[in-house]
Amino acid sequence: MKIKSLKLAGIALALGSSVALFSCGGNGSQTTTSTDSTKTSEDAMLGAGSTFDYPLFSKMFSEYNKSNGLKVNYQSIGSGGGILQLTNKTVDFGASDAPLNDEQAQKMAVPALHIPVTAGAVVLSYNLPDMKDTLKLSPATLADIFMGKIKKWNDPKIAADNKGVNLPTNDIVIAHRSDGSGTTSIFTTYLSKVSSDWDSKVGKGSSVNWPAGLGGKGNEGVAGLIKQTPGAIGYIELAYAVQNNMTYAKVQNKAGNFITPSVASTSASANVQLPADGKVSLTNTEAADGYPITGFSWVIIYQEQNYNSRSMDRASKLVKLIWWMIHDGQQYSAALNYAPLPQAAVTVGENILKSATYGGKPVMQ
Amino acid sequence: MDSQSNNVVVTRNPMLRVITSFKTPEILKTKRLKRSYRQIRTENVFRKTLVITALAILVLVLGILVTLVVQSIPSLKALGVGYLWGKVWDPVTNIYGAFPFLLGTLLTSFLALIISLPFSFAIAILLGEYHPKGWFSNLLKNAVELIAAIPSVIYGFWGLFVLVPIVRQLEIKLGVTPYGIGIFTSSLILAIMVIPYAASMGREMIRMVPSPLKEAAYGLGATRYEVIRSVILPYTKSGLFAGILLSLGRALGETMAVTMVIGNTSLIPTSIFSPGNTMASVIANEFTEAASTVYLSSLIELGLVLFLVTVVINMVGKRIIKRFTND
Repeated sequence: MKIKSLKLAGIALALGSSVALFSCGGNGSQTTTSTDSTKTSEDAMLGAGSTFDYPLFSKMFSEYNKSNGLKVNYQSIGSGGGILQLTNKTVDFGASDAPLNDEQAQKMAVPALHIPVTAGAVVLSYNLPDMKDTLKLSPATLADIFMGKIKKWNDPKIAADNKGVNLPTNDIVIAHRSDGSGTTSIFTTYLSKVSSDWDSKVGKGSSVNWPAGLGGKGNEGVAGLIKQTPGAIGYIELAYAVQNNMTYAKVQNKAGNFITPSVASTSASANVQLPADGKVSLTNTEAADGYPITGFSWVIIYQEQNYNSRSMDRASKLVKLIWWMIHDGQQYSAALNYAPLPQAAVTVGENILKSATYGGKPVMQ
Repeated sequence: MDSQSNNVVVTRNPMLRVITSFKTPEILKTKRLKRSYRQIRTENVFRKTLVITALAILVLVLGILVTLVVQSIPSLKALGVGYLWGKVWDPVTNIYGAFPFLLGTLLTSFLALIISLPFSFAIAILLGEYHPKGWFSNLLKNAVELIAAIPSVIYGFWGLFVLVPIVRQLEIKLGVTPYGIGIFTSSLILAIMVIPYAASMGREMIRMVPSPLKEAAYGLGATRYEVIRSVILPYTKSGLFAGILLSLGRALGETMAVTMVIGNTSLIPTSIFSPGNTMASVIANEFTEAASTVYLSSLIELGLVLFLVTVVINMVGKRIIKRFTND
């Protein structure tokens, strides 16, 4: 009798769990279809991409939520990750420090719009506690340092840039990014422009084959390396250097002036004529008082918003969000050490947003 | 041993077969025989469950291998076998070579093993022979197991903030470029992380040496050290070696702690203090931003190489253990 009741209990349990599993499976399939159409129960906008933009977006989206009620969920997984998620249509917008390259554009297959939302500077931070003056670097010297040709701080080339300064005698330790990054992309694009040697031997990209130096993960990793290693020099975002009270160098721009990186000098460098599609590299800017190692950061969306059964409402909410970001949202930039967009960039961004379509008809009325 | 009654054969043969016919004649509706049937069926079901679970694991491992191979195909087509000894890792021109990372992985793992061996063996012998019981034994055992339980990220942080400055001071004294991070530091941290594996296994093996063997040696006038050297260690050779293999396996695959302190350069390390890179660390760093197909596929191929290196080392290790047990 005991064994019979055990058997009955076992059968009941098996039946019950299979029913529960199947019903869960049914609910599961329902939720997957709803995420396919990028609709969540709270109708939040989904974005992913650049880690550089994350502090700014964080502030912008929380302010937008207060004023507009729309919740935006942003995952800072890196520019490459953001583009991948946009290609897989799991997010509404991607954010990247570099425009789509040929292979990414090919994978996406349909046109994508690049709207510049902010500009940032890449600074050269160094660890020379005995040096009281700010280090000055010319483009050629900078390229040679990172190529590993200049090995000591008191090298004549560096001394030529810093006349009258007593340079220390220790070795130069280079710190670069070990992970792929938009910051690296901006820096290597600049070096490729100012040094043909760098262009042929190393090239530009979010990940390159560094001829020398140590790698750190993320801006934090590089900053940590610089802070801990005496004689280190590395490249990090301006916001990062300012918030961590790190010393950074003045770099000589195309006009020949040694410019201190700041929000103002970044904005000055961004004050150039943009092409209609918004994709431009700001490095080695022509502006006389512009810092030469800067770049835009773009928000990327599909031009044709009617995909994956998205609604017109969602498309117009997205376009409105980006419109706000390039207009009212810019007021939050300076406090976080991001450069507000110059008027030329805002105008180009407006025109690009106006070209977003839903079913062939423009989203913005 | 078969018993026969009324045309039904109930076999207690070890090669049990499922009894397919459930048409039992009237006379067999006795409690004893019903229980026998039930036992046989239970036995079969249990054995089948065990086999299915084991097969599932095999299928999983094979599945991982197949996935790795399939995803590496773009890179295999583009780079060929030269990938294994290629020295350049260039995402811009899409030329990849695994050699610096292979070297880094093998260097750090074997160096870590060599550094950790004295400590592992000391702990194993102390806990197995000198203090098998008691408060000190418990304290040491728990401390060693705690080392294994600490997450590797914490080792990375500790290394970065405590060990790296110390190594930097050492490098300044030696006149080498004071990176602080590099192959030496990561080997040190790996050594600390793999001590528990060889120590625990060694301790169990040493405790299992039969007393008569040891007593016989003592009876012949051997000292404690001589007993350990001549009786215990030869007896536990294969078990100790298995523990070493376990430690090595852990060291080969360790990612987080190593990537924080190894320096992450794709250049071939020139000295023990220079920075380097390991295969696991490269994959962890570059996977999220690997935009092009060949890049991503090369990273996966790196994973495949790591997988195969681990398999080869394990096979060689098993061979050596067999050699020990046959001696």
